[in-house]
Amino acid sequence: MEMTSASARETVLRDRLLTALAVGTLLGFLWYADNHFSFYNVRILNTIAIFIILAVSYNLINGITGQFSLEPNAFLAVGAYTSAIFTMSPQEKLQSFIIEPMIWPLSQISLSFPVSLLLAGLVTAFMALIMAIPVFRVRGDYLAIVTLGFGEVIQVVANNIIPVTNGPLGLKGLPPYTNLWWSWGVCLFTLFCVVRLVNSSYGRAMKAVREDETAAQAMGINAFRIKTLAFTFSAFFEGVAGGLLAHLITTISPSLFTFIFTFNLLIIIVVGGLGSTTGAVIAAVIITWGGEYLRVVEEPLTILGFHYKGIPGMRMVIFSLLLILVMLFARNGLMGRREFSWHALFDGAARIRRRIGRSQ
Amino acid sequence: MSTVLLRTKGLSVTYGGLSALSDLDLEIREGEIVGLIGPNGAGKTTAFNSITGAVKPSSGSIFFRGEEITGRPAPSIAKAGIARTFQNIRLYDDLTVIENVMVAAHSSISYSFLEAVAGLGRFKKDERRIHNEAERLLKTMGLIDQAREKADSLPYGSQRKLEVARALALKPALLLLDEPVAGMNPIETIEFGELLVRIREELNLAVALIEHDMGFVMDVCHKIRVIDHGSPIAWGSPEEIRSDPRVIAAYLGVGEA
Repeated sequence: MEMTSASARETVLRDRLLTALAVGTLLGFLWYADNHFSFYNVRILNTIAIFIILAVSYNLINGITGQFSLEPNAFLAVGAYTSAIFTMSPQEKLQSFIIEPMIWPLSQISLSFPVSLLLAGLVTAFMALIMAIPVFRVRGDYLAIVTLGFGEVIQVVANNIIPVTNGPLGLKGLPPYTNLWWSWGVCLFTLFCVVRLVNSSYGRAMKAVREDETAAQAMGINAFRIKTLAFTFSAFFEGVAGGLLAHLITTISPSLFTFIFTFNLLIIIVVGGLGSTTGAVIAAVIITWGGEYLRVVEEPLTILGFHYKGIPGMRMVIFSLLLILVMLFARNGLMGRREFSWHALFDGAARIRRRIGRSQ
Repeated sequence: MSTVLLRTKGLSVTYGGLSALSDLDLEIREGEIVGLIGPNGAGKTTAFNSITGAVKPSSGSIFFRGEEITGRPAPSIAKAGIARTFQNIRLYDDLTVIENVMVAAHSSISYSFLEAVAGLGRFKKDERRIHNEAERLLKTMGLIDQAREKADSLPYGSQRKLEVARALALKPALLLLDEPVAGMNPIETIEFGELLVRIREELNLAVALIEHDMGFVMDVCHKIRVIDHGSPIAWGSPEEIRSDPRVIAAYLGVGEA
């Protein structure tokens, strides 16, 4: 008994050290990238971080809690607008709002970036809470319908409450606060929070609701509360991601936040494996990075003397093929519902070593 | 004489025009094992569903520990101390065996989700407690060696036992078992009966069970309630039930001589 608890403590220590080492390596890489990478590549790294945040939090409600929802574009918009409204300088606001002036007191407020990110998260979480209360009172796929509708409504609202959002002109000239440190810092923080939540009793309750809601209720789990928690929690981080995105591209308008965003995220979490946080991270990296580098196929190329004109939209064809392949050969996505752990990694390595040893 | 734990009065459930259960009066005392028997479609599972809040009763009332719980939502009834298993096993298939049991302890945690995220104070203490309790229950049910396997990878009989372990993790005062030995072989059935009697004594638990295996019911139950076509027809000890003409008629039909 003594022995096992001592070795268990050692394992925990080993895992913590390895995690610290991995985070250290990532930070080192980011430092290198910050100083040596081109503007274009840094932008891709930032986008990857934002998509990891979105995918991981979207997976919390869709994959872990099993409630099919279609909200990311809407919550991204809410977060982006909220943070943008709070970071723009009064001067900038005066210049951009040319159709109608911005309403007081918003026109005078100018807050720091971290505070505006926090506000973006809180406002989005509040929106989610308001939606959750009627939707989760009943069972069924109402969440998908309501969130899809909300995504459309939010664009109409952004187009029409001109004194707040500047209508179709959008908000321009936002300070470019989002850098690698902010995006990856928030990304790591999100991962930390989501993983901790999933590994707690709340996470187990979410999975129980996904697996069998009736049985979960019979075991004293208030499904309404658990779903509301998952939805609000993911909304918070989606809102923060919206804030990061707004200050990365520095110009936002209602037309930016179309359903395509949600669709891409849905692809990411399905390819990664619905219900796997690890899968969401891996797929977010592959698809965001791949999406950029696949631009090659849309440009003119000469391969082995064969000239290729480049077909616009070819990227999407490749993506579709990829999706079909995933659906055919890896129905549960890359990771299924498995999660990464150092423990599993070492076990896997030991198994491979044994197999090699045996074959010799 | 022990006190009455659960009492239903005129409990009825109708779906549209169909009466699934009518006028059920049932009394379960502390530490008692009560059998609920009757032909298929008699309304036994409906009785369980309405007691646990899965189905709203159309009329009648349910009292648990002297307090009316009629029409309360399922989680609230579970927390009050009534746990159940399901006729068609409803485990959380994709979770491990031990996680299945730990889920049922969710209502006992004292930490908020923010404490879970921060990993502070009560979080670690509660998690350790829940984990240890789950291990203890799995040992009792003989499932500890499968603790890290997925629930749906267990053989049928073990899945039934896991459902019982999960229900016990709620620390109930009353346990409702819906066909607990269905699909078990005769040896497993006998072992389960012994286990049930032992658990009941250890935890001073009241048990109500639905079962078609009459040998099992006659062996373990103190009292038996017979239902037919939604209506209760008999109530008594196993000996009384065995010789009750109404029960024999319900099961074998009445001769038209």
